[in-house]
Amino acid sequence: MPARVSIFVTCVVDQLFPRVGMAMAEVLERAGYEVEFREDQTCCGQPAFNTGYREDARKAAGHFIRVFRDAEFIVVPSGSCASMVSHHFLDLFPKDSSHYEEAEYLAPRVIEFSRFLTDVAKVEDVGARFEGIVTYHDSCHALRELRIKEGPRRLLRKVRGLELREMSAAEECCGFGGTFSVKFPEVSGAMARTKLESILATGASTVVSIDSSCLMQLQGVFTRAGAPLKTMHLAEVLASR
Amino acid sequence: MLMKPEQEKQIRQTVADPKIQLALYSATARLKEKREEVVAPEALPEYQELRTQANRIKKHTLENLDVYLEEFEANVEAHGGKVVYARNGQEVTDFILGLARERGVKMLVKSKSMTTEEIHLNERLEHHHLEAVETDLGEYIIQLAHDRPYHIVAPAVHMTRQDVADVFEKNLTDPRTEEPGKQAMIARRNLREKFLEAGIGISGANFLVADSGAVCIVENEGNARLTTTAPPIHIAVAGIEKMIPRARDLAVFLKLLARSGTGQLLTVYTSFLSGPRRGGEADGPAEFYVVLMDNGRTRLLADAEKRQSLYCIRCGACLNACPVYRKIGGHNYPGAYSGPIGAIITPQYQGIAKDPWLPFASSLCGACAEVCPVKIDIPKILLDLRKEVMEDRAARGDGFLERKAFQMYGWLTRRPKLYALAGRIGARMARAPGAASMGPAAKWASVREVPLPARKSFRDQWREREKSK
Repeated sequence: MPARVSIFVTCVVDQLFPRVGMAMAEVLERAGYEVEFREDQTCCGQPAFNTGYREDARKAAGHFIRVFRDAEFIVVPSGSCASMVSHHFLDLFPKDSSHYEEAEYLAPRVIEFSRFLTDVAKVEDVGARFEGIVTYHDSCHALRELRIKEGPRRLLRKVRGLELREMSAAEECCGFGGTFSVKFPEVSGAMARTKLESILATGASTVVSIDSSCLMQLQGVFTRAGAPLKTMHLAEVLASR
Repeated sequence: MLMKPEQEKQIRQTVADPKIQLALYSATARLKEKREEVVAPEALPEYQELRTQANRIKKHTLENLDVYLEEFEANVEAHGGKVVYARNGQEVTDFILGLARERGVKMLVKSKSMTTEEIHLNERLEHHHLEAVETDLGEYIIQLAHDRPYHIVAPAVHMTRQDVADVFEKNLTDPRTEEPGKQAMIARRNLREKFLEAGIGISGANFLVADSGAVCIVENEGNARLTTTAPPIHIAVAGIEKMIPRARDLAVFLKLLARSGTGQLLTVYTSFLSGPRRGGEADGPAEFYVVLMDNGRTRLLADAEKRQSLYCIRCGACLNACPVYRKIGGHNYPGAYSGPIGAIITPQYQGIAKDPWLPFASSLCGACAEVCPVKIDIPKILLDLRKEVMEDRAARGDGFLERKAFQMYGWLTRRPKLYALAGRIGARMARAPGAASMGPAAKWASVREVPLPARKSFRDQWREREKSK
């Protein structure tokens, strides 16, 4: 009987990039896990939290806790949403509340997808094949809140046919930032264009990340600029054969 | 609206200006790279430990600030100096004006001080016909140009050498030159006369050292040393949060400050000033004053979480690391402090209602907190301030639509079936022609392509997959 994992499919993946969720499930199954998707899951609450609406974020967080309280592992295809649960749920509830305790209990079991593979499943070679030159974008919350830096690169290096090239601005923000992207569109766009220049300089044809929202931002700017670049979530690359 | 249309317009102009964008990005990149070199584990293995120590010292000092202020005052007075408390810029100005009047001073020199920028001291003094001359090269240029500092440690970083040549040509009698070395010599010659003529020298303070009653100042040009020793009176103006308990704590802070600010191991000059000239000493001022300014700081002290904003040692590293500062530059931030630190302290000093957009001008990427030498959790404070702004707006009845949208969102997150239905309806609407020209989508579309929702969401695809098993 394989171990069971629950997946949390973020809003962006659910609505815009369902293929990322499907690819993640496939890779997890190939690694020997039974995957469950709890249909009553909704959102982690980050959009409201980051925009200053704590009360509304608390509602989403409370619901998340109710849905996942008995799950052993909750794997998330996003560093940002995973960090919302494991770090910022604790900012939402008073220290002596039952929700705080439950959030504390939940935190170590909510794990970003690449980290789940490298640290829990302990696999690096998932048997993937992808022909192409790829560069990796460090998404900010994965890098700075979850300290994920080498894991996704190790996974990519094991993909047959894939050449990984580092860009100079790998750690610079793509400019998405949730509602920042529409509150300050010019600044957000300019940040993405700086990233674009750094990516073009590598000669890579595909940008890979573990956060679909960064990729949505970057793809939007690539297409607008007419740059011949593709964006792919790590799960999609790892599901390729 | 969080931002006034003219502020939005100014930001758009800065982002669209290729000259300023290049200057800004490359100047901050240089400072950023130099910092990275000198704090790398090979260069400074104890860097993270130093940050932790600095954070603890600042935390302890601010939690016991009353004790250290008294100790500092007693020690300054034991050396023959005098401590003056000022609630705000007006009181700082009144003290300086009063002293200048008593001593018949017509002109004073200044070394670089963000605290005096914060209270617009030069303009206030000029208003009373007391000339104040900036002697830091960058600040001198800025003053001649009637501009304001663009960056905490590099005030004229936005100006090219041609710009400086223009400013000098317009204001000084020296022949025009575009060579930075020659420009520095022109400034030096002009300033030398001012140093000798000035009746008062005004400095800031990098640190106030309680156990020594001393003001510690770091600099690279030697102008602060001249400012504080050549004129007969030295007045140091400092925020009360600049306090550290002991001289030995400087071993932690001096290592961090120069490295974080300019990538130097130490600045060229470090001055430790503890009172007026004593009997038998050859130099130093006859009178020594330290003006301890509040100007909103005690209000921050009251908040246990946001109090950490006062740990800042003004190194400017967060500006160089910030992708937003690197696009919008220093002048789009209101007040003297720009970048991430400005975005958290300006709203706290002046109240959140004045420039409510400030805490939102961040992608929350966390680069600022990563480089902060005293470990201020800037993103956390930005988030707390965002919460306060939204509560304030709700109380005034502003921002109705956005607030209702998020209330609807919060309501839906607890109702999974309706949440999924809303997703389906939203996706269909977003796929409809013209959808990208409405609301937030139009803002998104102004600089990038709008992604189309998938025809089938993940939850619908998953349900089909499970059925077919």
